[in-house]
Amino acid sequence: MDIAYLIETVIKVVVVLLIFSALAGIGTYFERKVLAFMQRRLGPMYVGPFGLLQVAADGVKLFTKEDIIPSNVVPNIFKIAPVITAATAFMAAAAIPFLPQFTLFGYTVHPIVADINIGILYILGIMGVGLYGPLLGGMASANKFSLLSAARGAAVFISYEVVTGLSILAPIMMVGSLSLIDFNAYQAGGIGDWIIWSQPVAFILFWIAAFAETGRTPFHLIANDHEIIDGFGTEYSGMRWGLFFIGEYANMFFISFIIPLLFLGGYGDGSLLGALGLLAKMSFFFFFFLWTRAAWPDVRPDQLMWLCWKVLMPIAVINIVITGLVMMF
Amino acid sequence: MHNEQFNNRNVSDNGYYLVDIEDYPTDNWGRFKRVIKRTFRGELFVGLWVVLREMIKFDIHTVQYPQEKMPIGPRYRAVHEMKRLWESGTERCIGCGLCEKICISNCIRMDTKIDENSRKEVTEYSINLGRCIFCGYCAEVCPELAIVHGGRYENASDQREHFVLFEDMLTPIDALKAGKQLEFEGFGAITPHEDERVKKTPLSY
Repeated sequence: MDIAYLIETVIKVVVVLLIFSALAGIGTYFERKVLAFMQRRLGPMYVGPFGLLQVAADGVKLFTKEDIIPSNVVPNIFKIAPVITAATAFMAAAAIPFLPQFTLFGYTVHPIVADINIGILYILGIMGVGLYGPLLGGMASANKFSLLSAARGAAVFISYEVVTGLSILAPIMMVGSLSLIDFNAYQAGGIGDWIIWSQPVAFILFWIAAFAETGRTPFHLIANDHEIIDGFGTEYSGMRWGLFFIGEYANMFFISFIIPLLFLGGYGDGSLLGALGLLAKMSFFFFFFLWTRAAWPDVRPDQLMWLCWKVLMPIAVINIVITGLVMMF
Repeated sequence: MHNEQFNNRNVSDNGYYLVDIEDYPTDNWGRFKRVIKRTFRGELFVGLWVVLREMIKFDIHTVQYPQEKMPIGPRYRAVHEMKRLWESGTERCIGCGLCEKICISNCIRMDTKIDENSRKEVTEYSINLGRCIFCGYCAEVCPELAIVHGGRYENASDQREHFVLFEDMLTPIDALKAGKQLEFEGFGAITPHEDERVKKTPLSY
């Protein structure tokens, strides 16, 4: 391993970390604004022009707030749980190519931290580890709502993770690789080559599972405000709660990158237009997370498990079988 | 804003209708059919369209309160005002003390004296807004339409007892000269069309 590669990787890690931490904050601003407009409100308006500095105000508040460790919690686990959520969210980003490779001052930059050959498996695995944040945080808090949230988290997790894995299996069979770069290369020929046209069912299933993965509104069960307060986050305050928050929003951004990379052609042929296209697709999927929050009600946990086990999983299995048959003959 | 739609209490012709609720399925085949129907009817997309339409229309209803305020009804009973006579600009209050007498929460205190022209003059007049229940009796009983209710409803204070004094409530003389004094339309005010309704005093018997 030469030293230039090491420096480049460290720089990329720092850039990804900084950009997506900031984006998580800006994502909250967009969420509040979009939800407000959809509900005929104005949203944040007072801090800065159009409330743009609300993010900074919230950040200052979170950073300077007292870090309370309540009595009766399990202190070490309680302290480490938010770190797990945030850290795994950013670790998953290591295998995501955010942009096509470009040349900067004569140096070719690959905007992916590590192009490992098990990319999508790694991403899904690390995002799965992210569940330990809510699970441990909920169980370590001496709070019944947090405990309920942790139990829900575990139940929801085993439901949607099956659908995620099985739905992604059919495209993986077609591409023959787990690397997102290879996925992108497979679809580089233009709109006609996108995997969504050959695997529409897998696309829908993965999209649905992404809502469960990020805990967004139709499946917003783990921290369902109107049922179990803030779930696992009830006992947290200050920056520990903020880490949960950053992890959730970073996850939303990363999933919004993964869906277009897997099914919608990613950055295409690697031109500037393709890169902008990836960002546009990512923005749409992120917007869709906010959009559904304004429009749709939440399902119950048992309904989600019913949906995942009895509806989506059989469809995913049938999809794999049909894909296999078509590829065989 | 019009009040007609609220004043009409006859529910039947307001466009209300009973929502058509289907019977719940009892057997598994019925439940299966309901799932299929709900899946493919696209109701979720109706919801998405509704919120997107509202976002595009950008018909914002927020009132940015400290900068903007909703118009308030002329009969609203908020912090009191003392009116001046339009012709002379002197205060209308004649110091009769009826408002002090009728006040059911005992929040009005006044002190009067006979001045050099042998007219009654108000020396002290205060209303304890912490006690006032804004019932409007003082405005109703006032024979001179002097004490009325205004529209200033922001009377938060750092203690329970806070007072308005006569000078604070009195219309400023420059506002009166500019014609900015508003007449109160609530309790005690002259009702509209009073001229048609007035009758001669029946002195013949």
